[in-house]
Parts: sequence; structure tokens; C-alpha cells
Amino acid sequence: MPNTKTTVPFAGTKEQEAQLLEIIAAHKGQAGASMPVLQAAQSLYGYLPEEVQVMIAEELDIPLSEIYGIVSFYSQFTLNPKGKINIAVCMGTACYVRGAGDILDDIAKHTCCQSGSITDDRTVSLEATRCIGACGLAPVLTINDDVYGKLDRGEIEPVIDTYLEKEKGNRA
Amino acid sequence: MIRMNFVRNHVLVCAGTGCVAAKSKEIMDEFQLQLEKQGLTDEVKVILTGCFGLCALGPIVVVYPEGAFYSELKVEDIATIVEEHILKGRVVKGLLYHETVQEGSDTISGLNETSFYKKQVRVSLRNCGVIDPENIDEYIAYDGYEALAKCLTEMTPEAVIDEILKSGLRGRGGGGFPTGLKWQFAAREKSDIKYICCNADEGDPGAFMDRSVLEGDPHNIIESMAIAGYAIGASQGYIYVRAEYPIAVERMNIAIAQAKEYGFLGQNIFGTGFNFDLEVRLGAGAFVCGEETALMMSIEGNRGEPNPRPPFPAVKGLFGKPTVLNNVETFTNITWILLHGAEAFAAMGTEKSKGTKVFALGGNITNTGLVEVPMGITLREIVDEIGGGVPNGKAFKAAQTGGPSGGCIPCELLDIPIDYDSLISIGSMMGSGGLIVMDEDSCMVDIAKFFLDFTVEESCGKCTPCRIGTKRMLDILEKISEGHGTMEDICALEELSAHIKENSLCGLGQTAPNPVASTLAHFRDEYEAHVLEKRCPAGVCKNLLQYFIIPEKCVGCTLCKRVCPTDAIVGEVKQVHEIIQEKCIKCDACREACKKFNAIVKR
Repeated sequence: MPNTKTTVPFAGTKEQEAQLLEIIAAHKGQAGASMPVLQAAQSLYGYLPEEVQVMIAEELDIPLSEIYGIVSFYSQFTLNPKGKINIAVCMGTACYVRGAGDILDDIAKHTCCQSGSITDDRTVSLEATRCIGACGLAPVLTINDDVYGKLDRGEIEPVIDTYLEKEKGNRA
Repeated sequence: MIRMNFVRNHVLVCAGTGCVAAKSKEIMDEFQLQLEKQGLTDEVKVILTGCFGLCALGPIVVVYPEGAFYSELKVEDIATIVEEHILKGRVVKGLLYHETVQEGSDTISGLNETSFYKKQVRVSLRNCGVIDPENIDEYIAYDGYEALAKCLTEMTPEAVIDEILKSGLRGRGGGGFPTGLKWQFAAREKSDIKYICCNADEGDPGAFMDRSVLEGDPHNIIESMAIAGYAIGASQGYIYVRAEYPIAVERMNIAIAQAKEYGFLGQNIFGTGFNFDLEVRLGAGAFVCGEETALMMSIEGNRGEPNPRPPFPAVKGLFGKPTVLNNVETFTNITWILLHGAEAFAAMGTEKSKGTKVFALGGNITNTGLVEVPMGITLREIVDEIGGGVPNGKAFKAAQTGGPSGGCIPCELLDIPIDYDSLISIGSMMGSGGLIVMDEDSCMVDIAKFFLDFTVEESCGKCTPCRIGTKRMLDILEKISEGHGTMEDICALEELSAHIKENSLCGLGQTAPNPVASTLAHFRDEYEAHVLEKRCPAGVCKNLLQYFIIPEKCVGCTLCKRVCPTDAIVGEVKQVHEIIQEKCIKCDACREACKKFNAIVKR
């Protein structure tokens, strides 16, 4: 999955920065603190832009190169923001043999968003994710925190449309 | 005076990930609401519990004392169950799992009589779907923390290790190393600090037994880790859970807090002077972190890259100290062995593989779910009897065990008894227990490509054979699936497989060629069809397919012509249409559009 540096301008707030410093303070001195701090920082900002990595590196007194090395190693850490509607299609084996690949292609076509990318207006992002362990519901996908399972081709498009409608309503 | 409420019915609602995704939380709320409406809240207790195993039929609710097993429930069904079953005592047969309904009789058969559960033996999963995982008292009522008390007060650390050695328990995470031996090595090391780690980084796609235990029986893991700590002289433990399992992390944290409150974790446990503490650490999505040295690197806060062994973790592990690392399923057996004795455990299974194994059945199979069976059962029994066979009248093609480290097992080999050694002998491996069934519509070249794609992405890049070798293998597989393969490519695949297996640093690389090697061994004809005839027998590899219109079925509705993005279909209204192969990009749009007449086929 492409995970190259984003060109989206950083839009972190002062409050977020204060929260981040609190998180770092709580983990300082703990053995192996970098992972828990990065995880908390990602749930705070939604992704890990360079600015955030710099703050973490300075506060934890770990070289930035090392922090970047960790961020780029683990697939859950992302350098790019997620869309307001994040669609994650499970690509575990059970889902794959039940046709998850076709569903991913269909969604990419339907939302005009390639797997591993985000639409220009930052509304939709689409990713192929690792096994989420819900193999009994294969093929399965998540839209934000909602899970949709036992999908047939063509079933998910109307569901995505309702999310898009809602998002349009929020913006209007 | 203690007054206990008389509870006449227990309603167990499955709260495993599968059922939660299928709205079991809403079902729980609806039960409470309906019970309140009928004024029954004092007489009926609703409990959220762990996974029952039959995930394909979720959401699942079991009502005791009858043991009525309701499956595939909808929120609307709950009012009926409360009114008919709980209020009037009439089991709602229409909503029961069909196998528990007896024709022409009012009695319902027990779950253990159904084909899904009949051959199962529950050791590891014994508390899943039985107790409320968020309530320590229920775990205690099922002999919880008794094994820890027995170890601390009646047994020496050596005696504990002896018992585990005698049981013959082998690691359930993949390699199958004897657990007792691992403990013994770590116990012999002299060090002021030692660690216990639990590998709950279940990265094998298609395996979810560890998740089910973490969600359904978290105290069992805490207790077993404390026992391991006592046996080797460690006072700190870490549970490394993958971040994709939020429910498991939450329940584990609740359980740890409860165990601390009850004094089963912390200082001076049971007044014996033994101290043990536990912490949950989250993974961040790296398959290689399931390898023990990589996992410890990750807990230390580094990139999860494996290290050469020796030194083994038992000598120099986490933070450079002696460490025992076992996976979730291995730990769940520890308490059982200490409660029931090593002999009882060793009585199950085969000569070299003792006890039971949990498999996650998935893919093209009727009863998707978790099954726990004695070692030595045949794959055929699991697939046909417990799993209910392949659905939709399709033919069985292969069973895949061991995930990206394992291999595909063809129909001819379904009758071998499953244990660690027999699976390795046919080019697969036990792995963590994922068991994916594939039907005739699966292409073996495509499946090999799927797994290689996975390992290429998950290879950490530290050693060359794995980093470059797997990439080269993937390139060749892509070439074959696009119809450009030659017979030399197949030889190159075999050669690369042998090299990567021999020379990689860790288990990920050493086993990465297995999916290719096993499909080459058992389904060579499919590779040859791709190479020699430029044909994909299963009709999966897009570049090798052609779409055709069956003239007898075509009514000339023009629907396919209208959806074709490249104007590759010609024909007038009410006349038979035709596809111009040179223009066709094989997008499948026409075939999808022609579902009504099924006049378009790919082959």
C-alpha cells in the first residue's frame, strides 16, 4: 500500500498539541514508549504528519530518523489523512476466496477512488486491509466504524451512497 | 441474611467480533427492553458472552435452562422470543438452529448432538460462550485461578515445568516447539529480571481463534501467564495484541484491572511472596511481528525486525533478559493441564502431538467458524462433517492451512490425520490454525500469487533471500497469470523456493515459498495449463479469459452493449449479439448485466 509523504497542509490545533504533550509526558521513561505514543498520536490527529513526528522525536529524545523508521515500518501508521468516509475492504484469505477482490474493484469504480488513496476533496478514502478476523462474515468491509458482512456484488454501492448523501448534507 | 434473586432463565448473547458486527449489541438491548416491558428483569438474566464458534450463523443467542440455540436473529425476533419462550415457555422453533430441531417432536436436541459440535472437544475454548468475559466472578466459578493457587501453594516451579513437560504440550503458534522445554531453558538462566510474553499478534489471514479467546476468556490467559511467571521466575508479563482487535484489547484491559483488584496480579499473590504484573501492548500492523524476536523488538519500541537465533529468547530476549514467549492458544492449555493433570491431556491426540487444536474454518464452506478438535482427526472429518462441506453444489478443490506460511492440500490427501508432523510432510504446516476451504472456482496460481503478494508486502527487508527472492517469485507468478509464462519459469520458481527456504533469517522467509511449492506439487497441471495452453481452468486469471455470448440464450436486449465501456459488443435489437475479442478489456460488466439471461460466459 503506498505510504508516501502527503502534500496536504498540516492543520493541527493548539489543543491537539497540548494533548499530545500530555500523552508523551505520561509515557516518558517507560521502556519502549515510542509505539504507544505514536498510536495515541495517530488517534488524536488521524494520521502522523511530519510535524507530529518531529514533536514526538524531540520530546522523547529519539532521533527523528528512528521515529520515521517505525512509522514507515508498520502498516497501521499512516502518513496521509483518511477521508471522512473511510472504506476498508478486508483482504484476508477467507474474504479473498469469497470474492473480496471484485468488491474492492467495484467500489473503486463506484467512488472514483483507487485502493490506497483518497479523493481530492478528502471525502472518501479506500484501502485494502489485513484480515480483521470476522471470517464468518466473509466477504466483509468496514465504513468508518460500521461493519458490513456477507456481501454480494452490487449490495454495497447503495450503502456507500447513503454515506455520501449524509456527508453532502453535513457540508451544505 | 443474603437474599439471592431466583433467576429462572439465562440468556447468553454472543459478543464475539463476528456477532457484534452482525448487531448482537442491539439484540442485547432489545432483550433488556422487552424483558422490562414484561416485568421479567428480576427473573431473567441477560449475559454477553464469548464466541460460540458457529460464526456463520450469527448473531447467536442461547437460552438456558432449555439450551435453545437461536441463530441468525434479527432485532424484530426478540419480542417473539421473550413473549413465547420466556413468558409462556414455548421454544420458538422457527428461529432455532435447524439442526437442533427434531421433526414432529417438541424436544430440542442438545448442541453436542449437532454435526458442527459432535466431534469437537473443548479444552482451549472451554469457557468461550459459557461465561461473561467481563466478570471475573464467573471465571472463578468455573475453577478460575484455582490452577494458579495450586501452583503457588502446593507446587515448586520445577514441579510445574515437569507437569507441562509430561503433558507433551507443543506451541500452538506454528512451529510446535515443546512448551515445557522452552520454560525449562528460561528457568535455568540466572537473571534478576525475566519476562513472560504472550503472542496475540494473530496475523495469519483467516485465523481468529486467539481473538476469540482474548474476547471470550481473557482471565484464562492472565492466570496462565502468572503460572509461567512463577515457573521461570519472572515478575513482569506483556501481552502483544494486534491493533485490529479493539474488542479483545478492551476486554483484556478490563480483566487485568479485575485481577489486580482481586489480588491475582500484583504484589504478594495469595500471600506467597510471588509478584507478577501484566501490561497490554498493541501491535501496529506488521505480520512479521508474529515472529518471536521481531515481536520483542516491537515491544521495545523499535521496527519489528527479527534477529538471528541463537541466542534464543529463553537466554536473551526482551530487553536482553531471559524471556518465555507463547501464543494465546498455548497459554489456554496451561490451566487445563494443571487442573486435570498431564496424563489426561496426553491421553488426547496422537503420539507426537498431544491435546486439541483450534481451527478457524473459513472460505467456501457451509459452517464458517471456530472448531476445536483432538489432534489426529482427519481433514475430511473437519471439512465434510463439522464444516458441512462446500456450499452451492460446488466441488471441493483444496484446503489451505497455515496461512502465508502453509500450503494447499488437495482432495487426495484429505484423509491424513492432522498433527504437526503430518502437515509438514505434505508441504503445509499447522501454523496458527487457519483452515480455508476453496472450491472449484479458485485458481491455484492465483492463490499462490495472493499469498506471495502478502509476504512481499510484509517482508521486513532485513535479509536478502526473503526481500528479493519473494519479489522475484511474485514477478514470475504474475507473468504466468498474464499468460506470458514459460516452462523455465516453473523451474525458476522451484529453484527460488528452495533457496529462500534455506537461507532466510526468520520463519516468515523460510516458509514464504510454501504456498507456491505446495500448489506446484499438488496442482502442477493448473500451472501447465496457464503456461502451455494460456488458459486458466478455474476462470479467475483475467488476462487469460475470453467472454462469449451464447447465441441460444441471447434475446438481443442490448443491455450488454449499452454497459460495455469499449463498444466491444455489436448486434441489433432482438438479434444475437457478439463480442469483438480485440476490443474487450474483460471488465465483466456485460456478464453482470446479463444476469437475467445468463447468456454471457467467461472461459
